Amino acid sequence: MSVGRELLRLFAFIRIGATGAVAYRTEAIVWVLSTTMPLIMIAFFGAVTRDGPIGGHSGASVVGYFLATFVVRSLTASWVSWQINLDIRDGTLATRLLLPVHPLVAYTAESIGSMPVRVLGSVVMGLVMLALLGSHALAQDPVIWALWCASIVLAWLLSLAVSVAIGALAFFVDSSAKLMDAWLAGLFVFSGYLFPVDLFPARVRAVVDWLPFRYQIGVPVELMVGALDRSTALDLVLRQLGFVVLGAITVRLVWQRGLARYSAYGG
Amino acid sequence: MARYFQLLLAQLRLSLLVSAQYRVDFFVDGAIEVLWTTTALAPLLVVFGLRTTVAGWSFGEALVVVGFFTLLQALLEGVMNPSFVAIVEHVRRGTLDYVLLLPADAQFMVSTGRFHLWRSVNMVTGCGIFVFAFHELGRRPTVTSVLMGMLLFAAAAVLLHAIWTLAMCSVFFAVKTENITDVLSATLDAGRWPSAVFRGATRLVLTFVVPLGLMTTLPASALLGHFDGRMVGAALGEAVVLSAIARLAWRRSLARYTSASS
Repeated sequence: MSVGRELLRLFAFIRIGATGAVAYRTEAIVWVLSTTMPLIMIAFFGAVTRDGPIGGHSGASVVGYFLATFVVRSLTASWVSWQINLDIRDGTLATRLLLPVHPLVAYTAESIGSMPVRVLGSVVMGLVMLALLGSHALAQDPVIWALWCASIVLAWLLSLAVSVAIGALAFFVDSSAKLMDAWLAGLFVFSGYLFPVDLFPARVRAVVDWLPFRYQIGVPVELMVGALDRSTALDLVLRQLGFVVLGAITVRLVWQRGLARYSAYGG
Repeated sequence: MARYFQLLLAQLRLSLLVSAQYRVDFFVDGAIEVLWTTTALAPLLVVFGLRTTVAGWSFGEALVVVGFFTLLQALLEGVMNPSFVAIVEHVRRGTLDYVLLLPADAQFMVSTGRFHLWRSVNMVTGCGIFVFAFHELGRRPTVTSVLMGMLLFAAAAVLLHAIWTLAMCSVFFAVKTENITDVLSATLDAGRWPSAVFRGATRLVLTFVVPLGLMTTLPASALLGHFDGRMVGAALGEAVVLSAIARLAWRRSLARYTSASS
């Protein structure tokens, strides 16, 4: 058994993911069309900043901020929880368990496979951002951009971990899809997706800093628009790493306990 | 007319029976719907914590708009979108034949085909938002403004149904169109703010193409006691015209329908 063969298998799953993303390109376009929330928030905060900046955000910086949320969300969002939920409920997981690759690795590889389509979408939005606002709307410091690269990967991993953990709860409860909905509601409010988290009153903010949501969207967005200095940025990225480790432990726990209970339908 | 009212009640009862089968789901789903509605309030709470007005609207006034938005969303998510999914299934499987054979208007039957009652929980949430809003404003709406608000909301519901019908007609031309419901919901999302928030091209689109301004801001203004005769006329007129167009489109699309077996 060589490492080469393992890699080959992994690439096979990445290809499955990529083919899936291309085959359902209409759905991808529909998804882009239905990601209107950042645009709706731009309109709202546009009206707010017409009367002067709010909490250090001016008209132009608000536009940059929400275009960045669009980019980060399309790069990091994870839908694997619905897939896992479905696989567990209809018994497809039994087939997946027979494959010579760990199901979680396969789900991850499929998620990586959809990346090219997502990167394309974000690059387009990034160019729109540059054309509308000029390069000063983005962070200038190369160190910050290096941290951004780490942060976007960590945000993706954290979203993936949350998605897998909640999806795998289907081993225990009937429909984990609803829990995912509840998580998404929390994500929208506390992550910086609907508004920058620094607009929260100080007391709420202290709590938000210890919730995982901001590390899924807010931190890479703030890095991207240059809202953070180096030391704060490093601190936040390290916390992100902490949440990813926590997420990975949770996934391991839920998956192993769940799998022990799992008796495939009809099996 | 009375017959259609009875039919509506029968369809509602059927959906109620179906949801009563899954009681835990009913409550969990209801709770999640309410949670989602509060996400719509979060940006307002945060911004109005720092400001007193946005685009000339106070917190209480903006809440009234969110209230109407919540009611419309409940209609779209609870009644229209589930029926959309049902009709896509009908067309794909060819069971639309059975609907067409029924001795009742087919457009009525598909529009009321499936209710997701737990999603309609937001009808109650919407009313709760109105109570909160007027408490915030420190006054009560007059009887006239309540009646005007209700009339304009009815017009908004008719408008939404017409737009929904036009989207639904696409089922007869393309195969996989359930996702249009997501686009409809996402478009409606823009109706959560007073229309004064929007500027330029967006405002034109939201007034004439997808008249969200007429659907949420206008009823809200009426409930707040501001009537603009011309705008009211425009809303009622547009509701009638768009419904007629939707009816025509439905007829034309139906003429294209060849059942699965032929």
